[in-house]
Formats: sequence, C-alpha cells, structure tokens
Amino acid sequence: MKITSLEDLKRIKEEAQKRALLREGKAEYKITVHMGTCGIAAGARQVMAAILDEIAKRNLTNVLVTQAGCIGLCDREPLVSIEKGTERVLYGDLTPEKARQLVASHIVNGQIVGDWVVHTER
Amino acid sequence: MFYRAHVLVEMTSSSVALGAAQVKEQLEREIARAGLGNEVKVLETGSFGAALPSPFVVVYPDNVIYAPVSVRDVRRIVEEHLLKGRVVRELLFAGERGGGVATFIPPSPLKKEKRVVLRNSGLIDPLNIEEYIARDGYLALAKVLTEMTPEEVIEVVKRSGLQGRGGAGFPTGLKWEFTRKAEGEEKYIVCNADEGEPGTFKDRLILEGDPHSVLEAMAIAGYAVGANQGYIYVRAEYPQSIRHLEVAIAQAKERGLLGERILGTSFSFDVKIRRGAGAYVCGEETALLESIEGKRGEPRVKPPYPPQKGLWGKPTVINNVETLANIPPIILNGPDWFRSIGTPTCPGTKVFTLTGNVNNLGLVEVPMGITLRELVFEIGGGIRGGHGLKLVQTGGPSGGTMTPDLLDVPMAFDTLPRYNSALGSGALTVIDDTHCIVDIVKNFAEFFLHESCGKCTPCRVGGKRIVDILERISAGAGSPEDLEKLRYLGQHMKATAFCGLGQAAPNPLLRCLEFFREEFEVHVREKCCPQGVCTMRPKPQPKKTVRV
Repeated sequence: MKITSLEDLKRIKEEAQKRALLREGKAEYKITVHMGTCGIAAGARQVMAAILDEIAKRNLTNVLVTQAGCIGLCDREPLVSIEKGTERVLYGDLTPEKARQLVASHIVNGQIVGDWVVHTER
Repeated sequence: MFYRAHVLVEMTSSSVALGAAQVKEQLEREIARAGLGNEVKVLETGSFGAALPSPFVVVYPDNVIYAPVSVRDVRRIVEEHLLKGRVVRELLFAGERGGGVATFIPPSPLKKEKRVVLRNSGLIDPLNIEEYIARDGYLALAKVLTEMTPEEVIEVVKRSGLQGRGGAGFPTGLKWEFTRKAEGEEKYIVCNADEGEPGTFKDRLILEGDPHSVLEAMAIAGYAVGANQGYIYVRAEYPQSIRHLEVAIAQAKERGLLGERILGTSFSFDVKIRRGAGAYVCGEETALLESIEGKRGEPRVKPPYPPQKGLWGKPTVINNVETLANIPPIILNGPDWFRSIGTPTCPGTKVFTLTGNVNNLGLVEVPMGITLRELVFEIGGGIRGGHGLKLVQTGGPSGGTMTPDLLDVPMAFDTLPRYNSALGSGALTVIDDTHCIVDIVKNFAEFFLHESCGKCTPCRVGGKRIVDILERISAGAGSPEDLEKLRYLGQHMKATAFCGLGQAAPNPLLRCLEFFREEFEVHVREKCCPQGVCTMRPKPQPKKTVRV
C-alpha cells in the first residue's frame, strides 16, 4: 500500500510502534504467567495461549505478557499475576476460559475478579 | 497475532561467519518444537558493534541479552527462558565493559558511545520497512518534501557542519550547494559504498543494519540538489549489504517512499545498485564514476570536480554511506543538536572499526574528539595478551599512523593532520609491540603495489621500488642508504602521484621512518630484526611480487 501523505506516514508509524512496543518495555499492564513445571502440568501453556489469543482478538496494545517460574503455590496453579503500576494481583486455579474472562474484565474493564484472587499487593 | 516476545538475532556478515544463521535456524526449530511458534517471533537485526560479542540474541520484553550464542546454547534458551521464563544466567552477556550488564538498555552498554548513525542497528529488523518507520524513519524525508525548500535543506546541512565521513572530511553542505548551483537539467546522487580500506567495515554494517537510513538520505539529497536518480556503488564482496539494500529499495518503492511522486508530492527519486568488482581505486570518487559508467576504474583529472561534472558529465553528489546516515537525524533534530555533539570544529560522531590486537573488536560510534587512548584502552579493552602498543593505523593503510606519543590527541578531521596523521574512514588497526616495523610497512606497501591502477608512474613504479627496498632490508641485505632512498621515493610519490591513492600510499612509510628510525637502523646496520620477524637471510632471495 502506498503512503501518499505525511498523515499516512504518521499513522503507519503509530501502528508499527504499537507492534514493536514490547521492545520498549512500555505497557500499562504486565501479565505474568507462572510457567514452572507444576504450572505447565496444570495447564499454564493453555492459559498462556488463551491470553495471547484474547489479546490478539481485542487488538490490545497496552499489555506485556511474560512468564516466570514457580512461586511455591503449586496447588493453586495455573497462576497468573497482573501488574499495573505498583498494584499486583495474583490469580489462581485458572483455566483457559477463566483467563479469557480475566483479560476482558481486568485489562479491558479494569475490574479485579475477586473470586479468583489469591493475593493482592499494592 | 499477538507475539508476547520478540527474539532478535544479530545477522550481519560477520556474525553469520560466526554461526548466526545456524543459531537463528535452530531458534526457529526449537521454538516450533516447544509449540511457541504463535507466541514468540524471531527477527533479524544488525550489528551492535564492539559493545557486544557476536552473534548476540536479545529477548524482548525481558531485555535480556545472550552473547555470544552458539547453536548448542539455543535449546536451553528456548526451554528455560522462552518456555518457562527462567533466564539462563550462564549464557548472559556479562562483558567486562558494563560491569555485569545483563539487560539491554538502548542505546548502548558502552558509556562513551553516542549513537547517531547506528541509531537503529541492532534494534530493528532491517528487512522490515515498518520497523524503520516506527523509529522516525522517512519522517525527515516527509518534512523536507512538505515543509522545506531545497535551499533550506542545504542550509541546515551546511549549518550542521557535517563533514564527509569517507575520509576526506569535506563539508557535505557545500558539496550539495555546488551541485545545486551547477548548470544542468540532469543531476545525480551517488552513494559511495565501495569500502575498500583494509580494516574498515562500518559501511557494510550500516547497510546491513539500517539500509533505509541511507535510502532516505539519498532522496533528501536528491530533493536538495535537484536530482531524480541515485546510484549506490557497493562492493560485490558485500552480498548481505546488497541483499538488504535490494529488499529495502523494493519495500520503499512499494510504499511510495521511493519512485514516482514520493508521498504524493511532485518529487520523484529512484535508486539503483551498482556492484563494484573490488578494485581499491574505485573508492576514489572519480574512478568510481568511471566504473559506474562501465569504464575501467581509473581516476579522472580534477578539476572539474564531480559537483560540476560527475556521472556522465552531469553534476553529481558523491557521499559516503556514513555521511548519508547522518542526514535524517540532522533534518529532524536540527543543526544545533548536531553541533552539540563532538568538537566545535568537527561536530557529530564517528564510527570507528576496531581491529587488530585489541580485546574488543568491532564497530563503535563515539563523539568526535575522543582520544585514541579512550578508544583503544577503554572501549577496545586494551591490547590483547598484555603486550605493549606499537602503533595504531587510522583510516587504513592510506590514513595516518598514530604512535604511542599521540594517544591523547583528540580524534577529528582537523586535529590529526597537525600530527601528520589522518582520521580517514575510521579504521583503527591496533598493532602490538611483537610486530616488526619493517614488516608492517612492507605489508602496507605491498597492498598499494597490488592496488595501484597503473595510470601514473610515481605510484606504479614508486610503489614497486619501495617494496623492493623493504624486502631487501627484511632479508638482511639493506644498507643505511636504503633508508634515505625510501624517504626520497616516499616524498616524491606523495608530491607527484596522480590521485589520492598514490599520494597517500607513502604516508605510513614516511611517518614510521621518522618515529621508528632506530628500529630501521638496527635492520640495516646490524642486519638483525629486534622482534625476530624478518627472515634475515645472508643474501636477498628474489621474491615473486604481484605486479612486475
């Protein structure tokens, strides 16, 4: 597609920047999927896949997704923590379906899903 | 598709030689095997220079650098880091330079680095124009085309004080102005990417890591001087530079950033690639023009200079790759910003290529005015193997010879000539004290003998005689008069050779004859080589040379 004006160029720049945003490390929310062996056994991979799919479907650009190791709560796996600023919410006993709802509720609407919270830090 | 991680692999000709292509393949294979193909994206990127050992791998958003990476490290990186989120500590880059630097905080882990030319190299995928656009790419061109007159563009470049980075240091703005004012309908922009100076490889890594910056600058130059056609003359030995340029040109044309009616304006500009066969003399601008025209690469009589009569007799701007890569940031940030970097008389940065007996090899971009001591001992990490420094050849064999007494001279186009040296193209060949001076000088002389185009007698015959005498000395058959003869030949060659090649060829010889007088004298008087490098046979053996 041809770029025919300065506005065009700026628009493409913004889109391209969004796609490369994760390299700047700047995002509103950071989702960490705990991906220890225990987490993987409990279905963390599927949870991760569901989160990524939901983000792609909703075209969200303010989110970083990373993984971390086991944090010792193996019986509550799969665990996912969502950080915004200094606030950190840890969710447990997730399924791919719950994970999708988390994206919708916590990231899109800013509502913490109290029922699934294991721990909250501020 | 939402990729949660980007993995960048350094893919330059140097890192490919060290196995980067295999690392990338293995990464893709392991990522697919771990089922992460939809989550993790593997990208190529350019060199990060001397700051990082090759090949490096960076994982975003974690900002983790692994360097150097070999094929057998890949599985652990994928299984531990990409799958389970555990950083593989043993493979982290923790060079001596950054004091255990593990994360990648642009622009550079080196404190003294200042990246203007290399602003994107090692950070973006050069094969994807969008990544360049994301980092302000083509904004300077858009600004120039929509907000500035050609005269204003030239004024900005003039005021920035940018000097040609190919070695001569001629003010770029003036060159553009001469070409703009020259009579003629047709004008050309030529990018000199015929980087032949031994020890120089900055242009290659700029083209490989950020080809669009050069294309954008050529289009800006075209608008400024009134040219609609550009040529990039690049060595055929640089296949990856050529490939990246070809991809970049195709993408820019597809996007309407090159070609007819750029960005919807009335300005059209096209770029073609011309491959050079690798003759050293074709880096000389007029020989380069001859070569583009399909003739034998021999320099022309100057004047007229290319801004008056260049390619096919038409006014032509010839700029080096690095010079051009400076243009877009100058347009975007203004000339005062550029002048705030470097020295008042020589603003901006310079990309140096560190080679030879230093610990950290590769590119480094630093402000003009840095000292050789900082470059060799801080950035270069000192001499390999704990030896002493004998000399640093700056700008390749035709540049300047920096002896240890000049370590604290600020490096800039205007300062080095005061010490009979030259900044040149920015090659820094560091030679330690285990080397013999006769051998070093002979090596340079043989290079010039091989590369002389043969057009003028001083260079063709003088070069041959210099090599003959040096061979005689190193075979133990030299006499004290030989040193006088060498100086006589060198001075005459310098004064009478037709082009820059022959004029610069005796520079290292003359400087070393002066500084290392004693070592030469030991060779001719005592017939022995203090470093034990020369053969010192009782009689000189006739030796085959390249040209008779």
